[in-house]
Amino acid sequence: MADLYISEETADDIEMAAVDAVLDGRFVVVRESERLIRAGTSARHGHRHLLLPALHALQNAKGWISPGGLNYVCETLQVPPAEAYGVATFYDLFRVEEPMQFGDVTHVCVDAACQIAGAADRIAELKAQGLNVHESPCLGQCERANDVTGEVAVFVQSVGGPDSVAADDTPYELFHQKGDESLRLLKRIGVVDPTSLDSYLAHCGYESLTAAIEMGAEAVCTAVADSGLSGRGGAAFPTGIKWRAVAAEQGCPKHVVANCDESEPGTFKDRVVMENDPFAVIEALTIAGFATGAENGWIYIRGEYPLATARLQNAIDQALDAGLLGDDAAGSGHRFHIEIRRGAGAYICGEETALFASLEGFRGEPRSKPPFPTTHGLFQEPTAINNPETLLNVLDIVQIGADGYRSRGSERSPGTKLLCLSGRVAKPGVYEVEFGTTLGEVLELAGGLTGSGELNAVLMGGAAGSFVDRRYLDMPITLEDARERGTTLGSGVVMAFTDEIDLVDVLVRISQFFSDESCGQCVPCRVGCVRQNETMVVLQEKGSLTSERRQLVNDIAQVMVDASICGFGHTATNAINSAIKLGLVPGVPS
Amino acid sequence: MTDDPTSVVTVSLTIDGQAVEVPEGTSIHKACKSAGIDTPTLCWAENLTPVNVCRVCVVEVEGQRALVPSCARPAEEGMVVETDSERVKHSRKMVLEFLGSGVDLDQAPELQKWMDHYGSDTSRYDQYELPALRMGETPKIQDNLYIRDYDRCVLCYKCVEACGDDAQHTYAIAVSGRGFDARISTEFDVTLPDSACVYCGNCIGVCPTGAIQFKTEYDLRQEDDWRPEDQDVTRTVCSYCGVGCNLELHTQDDKIVKVTSPADHSVTSGMLCIKGRFGWQYVQPVDAPTRKA
Repeated sequence: MADLYISEETADDIEMAAVDAVLDGRFVVVRESERLIRAGTSARHGHRHLLLPALHALQNAKGWISPGGLNYVCETLQVPPAEAYGVATFYDLFRVEEPMQFGDVTHVCVDAACQIAGAADRIAELKAQGLNVHESPCLGQCERANDVTGEVAVFVQSVGGPDSVAADDTPYELFHQKGDESLRLLKRIGVVDPTSLDSYLAHCGYESLTAAIEMGAEAVCTAVADSGLSGRGGAAFPTGIKWRAVAAEQGCPKHVVANCDESEPGTFKDRVVMENDPFAVIEALTIAGFATGAENGWIYIRGEYPLATARLQNAIDQALDAGLLGDDAAGSGHRFHIEIRRGAGAYICGEETALFASLEGFRGEPRSKPPFPTTHGLFQEPTAINNPETLLNVLDIVQIGADGYRSRGSERSPGTKLLCLSGRVAKPGVYEVEFGTTLGEVLELAGGLTGSGELNAVLMGGAAGSFVDRRYLDMPITLEDARERGTTLGSGVVMAFTDEIDLVDVLVRISQFFSDESCGQCVPCRVGCVRQNETMVVLQEKGSLTSERRQLVNDIAQVMVDASICGFGHTATNAINSAIKLGLVPGVPS
Repeated sequence: MTDDPTSVVTVSLTIDGQAVEVPEGTSIHKACKSAGIDTPTLCWAENLTPVNVCRVCVVEVEGQRALVPSCARPAEEGMVVETDSERVKHSRKMVLEFLGSGVDLDQAPELQKWMDHYGSDTSRYDQYELPALRMGETPKIQDNLYIRDYDRCVLCYKCVEACGDDAQHTYAIAVSGRGFDARISTEFDVTLPDSACVYCGNCIGVCPTGAIQFKTEYDLRQEDDWRPEDQDVTRTVCSYCGVGCNLELHTQDDKIVKVTSPADHSVTSGMLCIKGRFGWQYVQPVDAPTRKA
């Protein structure tokens, strides 16, 4: 690729300085006055993962990615401009046309929790104030949505400065279980100072890593396997099996990745943890690296979480200074470093293989499985990927052992679960509940319903999850009960809808969400999501569906479940079909 | 294991009730072919790495929850494959229907044949007031060699692969955008002469729907004078250099209208350079060359 073709547009000083700052000397091409020193193929491949940070730098410097700026990045990293353009246009937070209105962009959430809190009115207000408003998919701040005050989730994408979200107070005030002695995962939320390692250490921080090092890597994997811990992102894959598989791989670089691309509409638990107890995520990831023998830790966090990103980076920096990360992490003799990568607005990048592709500097398109990440993960190397909630469980497991861990929860769903309560509940927020608590009890925990209406439906597990109705209030929150009753816990979303809310409007939005967020790689999902959205729009307009259209809804769902490449397509029709099956959609026979 | 280094390890599987034995590493798709079972494909080609994005070749494998792409999945020992189950037929029908509902497939007779076979009915989507279509984009005609008509593009990624790692290593085009709005594009959609394109035309060679085609073919089609049934194909060797690329000259009314190379040819694997692909004007000068005094 030595003869990479790059057009004549050049970057200006601001763009070059911004890119140089993030690349920090990691160039593939080095200029020495007139001389160009170009590294070889291996360096080009080895640096491709810097493309995403470089594009972020350009976007932040100018408010868009200009042809000159893109050329500079492409030349420096030796990436073909057409490919880099393909990557840039994949993400919502990147613009490739000069914006009409220079300056900050205010992203306002329009997904379910904010939609029913009056996002449309809020957007009109902000626009009237002259702000540059962009309608955004779920921003992961659903506990802030309030239909009485009209508050909805907002994320401000800045030009020249740092991005921001609603400033979180320290301690975090929207956590309603603060100080509860029975908490395992959230015990430090609102108690610990999230910016201070000393405060974390004073609250039992790093005792788990010490315990893990004493146990040894193999014993940690065994404890995690025996504990019955399963992934909390939605797929519920046994964590111990994953870790052991990676630990068994020898002779090549290995990775552990914290999947912090929490984008499932209605989900905000990982954000609350990362913002308020970031050292716990770093400690747990370090244990994962130690247990699997991986030296490379990565945090891939969604671009709309600037506060969490800053706190995690601060935690990494402090841990590194204290020797808790580094060439001999916490005196374990194990080398472990963590690097943070920001996503740029793409729900699909929460899918593990899409996340790898995105991190590697390619379009966030999922890959076919098999092969699985434990052998062919990040950079095609063995990788264990877990979300923060799953990782947090390990902190307890290494301290209290598998049996101690299993003392709570059910046989097949041991431990506790973080739930994201939102919608028409009095006290929306993250709640940690023991597996086995019923759905009705969970809603009571969040203060019960608000407004004058009756409970009509609860969205379980997010947009990719499914609706349930009042008949499910007695359902214990466990993986097995959810499966048996045809629903899912997914990422822990519990969003309540009363009968004052027109569910069809919500279904239209959900179908629009999937249509916007499909990566477009495979035909069933790319076209299916759009056709599904069309049927929902027709339903909204006409108030009913003809039998042909009703058949089409089924046909679309079946091909997407059967033939899509990844979990996105497999689940994109769940919410709508579950609502229809329960008879929650007037005008559509179940 | 035998001591014979030329011996091939084989796997045995069952396809539609039929026992099939193929060399290890063979795709299910190829195994089906060896068993005489015809499978529709779109994004697969024998000279490209499988990307398994179109999902038209899906088959049902016992024990697998979702259907699997036969083009990319290797056959395994003991696999039980169904290529004509209700689920397979439904998926193939719907995938083709989805494509036909938004893309102009007039010039993809192979796909139309399969659409008839599986009973795909694109009229089901006409009921919408505004079905999302790709149609209505003006064909991109930026030179005299080839045109790009993205109304016909099914996003099979073949052109991107041929332009990139699988053949030309030019990387002039890539997939841009996301979801239904994804498009094959140069950087910032600049014209081909302004891009890295070297006019090898390998993208034309692999395009299954006529989204990328010779300007000569496009012009004849515009005049309603494209007559494949009247065309001859003559195989010859390219005269420009010593590599020995085989060419297939497609002629209509004794004029070259298109040049391809056989995908199974040992030298080209179907890929050519600008000279072999487009450098045939000297064979049939439109006007006698004139030299200024």
